[in-house]
Amino acid sequence: MKLRQKKTMTAYLFLIVPLIFFIFVRFFPTIYAFWLSFTDWNIISPKMNFVGFDNFRALFADSVFMKSLWNTFKYVLYGVPLVLVLSFAISLLLNNIRKGQAFYRLIYVMPYITPLVAVSWVWRWMYQRPPVGVINNLFSFVGIPTQRFLFSMDQALIAIVVTTVWVNLGYCIVIFLAGLQTIPKEYLEASKIDGANRWQVLTKITVPLLNPVILFLVVTQSILFLRIFTQVYNMTDQGSGGPLNSTKPLVLYIYQKAFLSFEMGSASSATVVLFGIILLITLLQFRLLKRRVQY
Amino acid sequence: MKRTLLVLVLCVALLATLSFAKTKIVYWQYYYETKIKTVDQVIEEFERLNPDIEVEHVNFPYENYNQKVAASVPAGIGPDVVNLFYGWIPKYVTSGYLQPLPEDEFSKAYFAENFFPFVGPGVNFEGKSYALPIAVRSLSLIWNKDLFKAAGLDPEKPPLTLNELVAYAKKLTVYDRAGNIVQAGLTMQPSGQGHQWIREVLIRQFGGVPYSSDNKMVMYDKTGAGADVLKFYTDLIVEDKISYPGFMNDDVTAFSSQKAAMTIDGSFRIGTLRNVKGLNFAFAELPSHNGVKSNFASFWANGITKNATGDRLVAAIKFVKFLSSEYVMDLWLKNVGELPANPALAANYYDDPTYGPFLKGLEYAHATFFVDETAQRQVIMDAVDKVINGYSPETAWKEMASEEQVVLDKFWK
Amino acid sequence: MTRSDRSVRILSYTILSVLIVVMIFPFLWMAFSSFKSTAEIYSQSYFPENPIIDNYQEIFNSSLFLRWLMNSAIIAIVTTISVLFFDSLVGFTLAKYQFPGKKIIFALIISTLMIPTEMLVIPWYIMSSRFGWLDSYWGIMFPGMMSAFGVFLMRQFMDSVPDDLLDAARIDGMSEFGIFVKITLPLVKPALATLAIFNFIGDWNAFLWPLIVSSTPKMYTLPVGLAYFSSENLMRWEMIMTGSTVSTIPLIIVFLIFQKHIVKGIALTGLKG
Repeated sequence: MKLRQKKTMTAYLFLIVPLIFFIFVRFFPTIYAFWLSFTDWNIISPKMNFVGFDNFRALFADSVFMKSLWNTFKYVLYGVPLVLVLSFAISLLLNNIRKGQAFYRLIYVMPYITPLVAVSWVWRWMYQRPPVGVINNLFSFVGIPTQRFLFSMDQALIAIVVTTVWVNLGYCIVIFLAGLQTIPKEYLEASKIDGANRWQVLTKITVPLLNPVILFLVVTQSILFLRIFTQVYNMTDQGSGGPLNSTKPLVLYIYQKAFLSFEMGSASSATVVLFGIILLITLLQFRLLKRRVQY
Repeated sequence: MKRTLLVLVLCVALLATLSFAKTKIVYWQYYYETKIKTVDQVIEEFERLNPDIEVEHVNFPYENYNQKVAASVPAGIGPDVVNLFYGWIPKYVTSGYLQPLPEDEFSKAYFAENFFPFVGPGVNFEGKSYALPIAVRSLSLIWNKDLFKAAGLDPEKPPLTLNELVAYAKKLTVYDRAGNIVQAGLTMQPSGQGHQWIREVLIRQFGGVPYSSDNKMVMYDKTGAGADVLKFYTDLIVEDKISYPGFMNDDVTAFSSQKAAMTIDGSFRIGTLRNVKGLNFAFAELPSHNGVKSNFASFWANGITKNATGDRLVAAIKFVKFLSSEYVMDLWLKNVGELPANPALAANYYDDPTYGPFLKGLEYAHATFFVDETAQRQVIMDAVDKVINGYSPETAWKEMASEEQVVLDKFWK
Repeated sequence: MTRSDRSVRILSYTILSVLIVVMIFPFLWMAFSSFKSTAEIYSQSYFPENPIIDNYQEIFNSSLFLRWLMNSAIIAIVTTISVLFFDSLVGFTLAKYQFPGKKIIFALIISTLMIPTEMLVIPWYIMSSRFGWLDSYWGIMFPGMMSAFGVFLMRQFMDSVPDDLLDAARIDGMSEFGIFVKITLPLVKPALATLAIFNFIGDWNAFLWPLIVSSTPKMYTLPVGLAYFSSENLMRWEMIMTGSTVSTIPLIIVFLIFQKHIVKGIALTGLKG
């Protein structure tokens, strides 16, 4: 009995500092962000007025906010399928080979650990137009006309997506490979004996068995693209999300509202919107996973 | 007895000097190499003259300078004296960062005696003065003599009119086989000084006025040739293809790496360009059009923030005054290459090949009353982007006017 | 091995090798550019024709750059140590003790994983400005001193430590904290290594929060400093590329040494998360 009490006390003692941390650095700020989103506070003014849903109404009436919301979805809609399809294809190829698999995998993972700021500046430099832009120089070498990339309203967002895909590819490949290696060899052998061709094995066996992995990657990559910021800040002129806001994502909008205009209230409202979207996607994942387990 | 008294007096004197701690004030300016070195030198001199004051000098990159000021002053950790663009004064005052300069020390007579006439109104907001300039700036046309020679142009003759400017720019542009610009005739960078050139120079040369006299209304869509201004500017990009925004990333990089033959830039660039090895360049007054000459004048000024109180306020006032003294202005011109804000001092340099064109420009220059310089710059950058991306200049011009009106209204409401 | 298997393998190698060029190219381009002179970087050149190391000399002679390097190292090391200690302590407590409120505490900590950092930066910023933490190491570090994901990970691993071992140590009179440090931690070394590497990389590369909280250049971390290079008046691409190269090299070294842990760690987050 005494030992048990002592252990309970020890447990609380061990947890006290971490609990204070999680309450004051995670929980309280979350509640505070929600509270701020209903006020008109900017950091300069001493008073903080409760304004109800005014901020949200103003946000959805703000064409720049709507634009950045739509851009954020575009990042997800272009980026997630691209990175998933590419990484799945590459991991299938990697799964075919044995010698050098580790080496190849290593190279693919390298961008993932490189500082994103460095990556952004290198790509920004590569995306320049001639005479200094290496991609355009290579293009003209094979006869493709010069592209404006980051300065084009149609291409800038896609150019940033490409850079991001280059970064995230390795992460997805590693996870796909790990997933592929959990598929029992017997399944594949058996289906081959049954006369299934490669395509049938892929669609009837591999993909269904990898479903949880795919779902996981869809969710984590979606969240990653929803939170895109560093690349856009470093790759666009003056960190503005230009040209003409065509690359500005939600987080850059929030950053500008909060830390350039210091409209903390309405910036917090925008973070609540972001939180809502991320929550929705996470809950959807749990829902889908649960259904799978029940089957 | 006498000795004891002496010792006592000495002790008190020692204690007094020990307890008389130096007043420390913090000065902020944005990162610009030559300015930093000069200010360090100025502070040394100031501290020599005022041994009881210590000045800490802090720098930030231009991009997030405003952000840092805005973040720190309300938090009470920021500067006592801050270097700011005169166009930011309204925003800084209404945001509560600045305190007015005391009127007894900085009277109307003081301004009239020490500064160009457009300085006084430029630092005034709702009847009070908020800052003092060290130096003023204007624009000039800068051309690369070697590239002129290579294109078969007389390297000593810059274009005098807009028509000549266009003709020269076309001759000076070099393309590769695929038609890419590898050397720009004239830099086209609205995010640099391009927006000032459009606003205060081109609009006026096309017969218009940028803003109403009370600065509350956009007038360029209602006066003069309207959208023709934007059409003239963007035709250079879209039709004549003499350059484009973002060529070599930005205009300064393009001109200093000798990939652009002409650029329009401010007097603050003199020092930077002089430091570039092998760059053979010269300055000229901005080209005129329809007989109209115009220029854009602007300046950075030093204001006192609400952080400065008590002893620090007294020290800050001394420091601000010292920064605008003739000694500093002269040093500023020599080191930074910026024009003295004091007309008497400026007169000494009228025949200088470098400063002359800028100083002559000051005679007919206009200073824009910015309510939100970033937003007002963005509006022009966007208008140019729109035309490049297929909008008609008329539409883009109209949208630019209404967007800028929104910015003005937001401030004046 | 059938012929079709062989040809599939050869095809795989070919495609993978071509793709690897695309993956490596930006790294090569960054490195090449860092060896070019100002004149060369602004002309159409691929390989550095006259490679120079001036850019590296210049960057290592710049006191600011060294300061950023040091800031990043201090911040990454301190927060990583803190995360390792506290996360394993919490993981240990939640796995090995029975006490009222245990489930709630675990749920509370794990639920914070759902909150995006972007939502917290505004309150953190206000907090920092109230407490005078702006522009200080503590200000940059405090949000990352513990990680909910680390708690989750460590709890999983601590679960697999046999209770008998701990009880035996108790009988020997070892303190509870001693059991944690001397018995449990050595048994979960692989998990600690994974957590350490991921935290280190994450902190080294962090951008949004350090950008917001640091205001003077001497407090910048390497990524924020790199972005600062871009400032209009300092725009020198050969230096940006040199700075990028220098900031990438420590990570490549860490990566090459701990690659197995990193790959395992990614797979772990993927399959267990």
